[in-house]
Amino acid sequence: MENTLQIPTAAELIAKGEIPDLLFWVGCAGSYDERAQRITRDICKILHHVGIKFAILGNEESCTGDPAKRAGNEFLFQMQAMTNIEILNNYEIKKIVTACPHCFNTLKNEYPSLGGHYDVIHHTQLIQSLIDKGMLKPADGNSFKGKRITYHDPCYLGRGNNIYEAPRKVLESLDADLIEMKRCKSNGLCCGAGGAQMFKEAENGIKEINLERTEDIIDTKASIVASSCPFCMTMLSDGIKVKEKEAEIQVLDVAEITVKANNL
Amino acid sequence: MISQIVFAILLVSAAYLFYLNAYKIIRNIKLGRSIGTIKNIPERLKIMLLVAFGQQKMFKRPISALLHLLVYLGFVIINIEMLEIIIDGLFGTHRILGFLGNLYNVLIASFEILAIGVLVACILFFIRRNILKIKRLNQAELEHWPKTDANLILIAEILLMSAFLLMNAADYKLQSLHVTHYPPLGSFPISAHLATLLPESVSTLFFIERFCWWFHIIGVLIFLNYLPYSKHLHIILAFPNTYFSKLTAKGKFENVASITAEVKAMLNPDLPAPTTEVIRFGVKDVQDLTWKNLLDAYTCTECGRCTAACPANITGKLLSPRKIMMDTRDRLVEVGQNIDANKEYIDDNKSLLDTYISREEIWACTTCNACVEQCPVNINPLEIIMGLRQYVVMEESQAPTSLNNMMSNLENNGAPWKYAQADRTNWTEK
Repeated sequence: MENTLQIPTAAELIAKGEIPDLLFWVGCAGSYDERAQRITRDICKILHHVGIKFAILGNEESCTGDPAKRAGNEFLFQMQAMTNIEILNNYEIKKIVTACPHCFNTLKNEYPSLGGHYDVIHHTQLIQSLIDKGMLKPADGNSFKGKRITYHDPCYLGRGNNIYEAPRKVLESLDADLIEMKRCKSNGLCCGAGGAQMFKEAENGIKEINLERTEDIIDTKASIVASSCPFCMTMLSDGIKVKEKEAEIQVLDVAEITVKANNL
Repeated sequence: MISQIVFAILLVSAAYLFYLNAYKIIRNIKLGRSIGTIKNIPERLKIMLLVAFGQQKMFKRPISALLHLLVYLGFVIINIEMLEIIIDGLFGTHRILGFLGNLYNVLIASFEILAIGVLVACILFFIRRNILKIKRLNQAELEHWPKTDANLILIAEILLMSAFLLMNAADYKLQSLHVTHYPPLGSFPISAHLATLLPESVSTLFFIERFCWWFHIIGVLIFLNYLPYSKHLHIILAFPNTYFSKLTAKGKFENVASITAEVKAMLNPDLPAPTTEVIRFGVKDVQDLTWKNLLDAYTCTECGRCTAACPANITGKLLSPRKIMMDTRDRLVEVGQNIDANKEYIDDNKSLLDTYISREEIWACTTCNACVEQCPVNINPLEIIMGLRQYVVMEESQAPTSLNNMMSNLENNGAPWKYAQADRTNWTEK
């Protein structure tokens, strides 16, 4: 089924005289990283399932500039931002959903003063609103029922934008046993990837940050750790691998869990 | 009469000295860059009320929050007593507010209960800091002066409260012995017990009462003038600092306006070149920070909640957000002394970056906002770290090699990795 995903680009829709109701901002990780691509496709499945008329920018999408800005290169960030804003404004985009908390934060908070004003939501917020509207309903005997699940807050979703409840509400709808780590919500510990750390070696220390976080996960005795950020996904999966817990603990995105629970 | 004159001289000199120090601190803070006009005043007042006055964020750590609340309430409320002490001192009266009758009794009784609360809390704080060796209170940046500073404050509080209670005890005993000049005024739930331990001699009691009275007021005046040199300045600055809090989402980093003009001109050659004056990109020294960053530095009381939550610090990296704030203050004080000595700032071949904060520290930050979240008085170490990074990257082009690779990928392919832009939609075909 997977190779039949028909995802129109904004350019294609406009050429047909149509306007997308929602733009899906895929993000670089979602576009290129193999693990994140699976999440991207699952988000598309959800959007198809509920019949939202959406589009992607396709090859016109370019990095939001977040890693450049966090690395201190404000020039490069603003170049990226203004180029993206020009494209988004040309297509008269009003509403955007992102698969990545970093893209989400940048588009929502840092684009407006450069001329990009959009209603930006993260995919966990979209999924939660679809559940609230009854458009998504986890199957009664869904495979997560009764499972011990813990949720890792991505910094740019949680502390950065105070979104703690949406992903948890999605997980609560599964009838699963949602258990919190000792450091959670506003006290959550970073996975170690933010601030452009994803693209460099860590400074000298006594431990990798993702291993510190993985220990929090192991302590919960959960069989699934849910997240909603492609970078957290990489860091936590690596951590679980290093700790040799792959057989016991799965790292899944909230979107993947939703697709599976709804049999999409 | 002589004691009244001595008292007046002490009071005026202490106030004047404090004014001089406060003036210097304000001048130093004003060395920072503007943050524009301050809007949303009702929201700001609300934050100040909740976070500074109401100590909301302290309660992320309940035990220290409760102890701190005791000291804070004691400090604020017992200082009402200062009003009486000042009037008595200037006019040679004794317990001038005694005419308040029952209200006076209630006031004195609550001061006593609070004083014993403060005393106990300070002793526990002292034990926590020096015997229990709590990690965040014993980290590298606290060695030497900062640790002494913290202990001096605790000892001062303990001495002041002891003097206050002892003074009341002696007063109470003098009252019960019907000594003239000591009419029965006030209610002494704590010191009444203490009084039983005191000698019966009126002259000794008189000496104890006067000694403690002078000790208390002189102690408070010294404390007032110690504040500007101490981390303890937070008892004043917590209020303005929370008032001037960042109101936007923590994830939002301000866009640099001077760069916006340049980028617009680059993208559209038809636009006239920006005419804004060229200032340094990013932060090399304290003058490049905003005045709010500098106010943050003076407000920091070095509690280390930021550092205890910092993922880099937890995993043994050099970065400590608390040290970022302490370094900023130390450098600002140094720049201020430079200005005092030379009338204007003369380059001393030092700067916040490198002399105080190393590059290894700033590159270890994950920008996760844990430090900002934890700070009980809304200090933002992250803005300073980001400013330093901007200077290193944009003025010096000295980013770590791996980050330069990431940025050149971004420039060439529109993604931080080396993938072709044309492959961006390959995921739809898998």
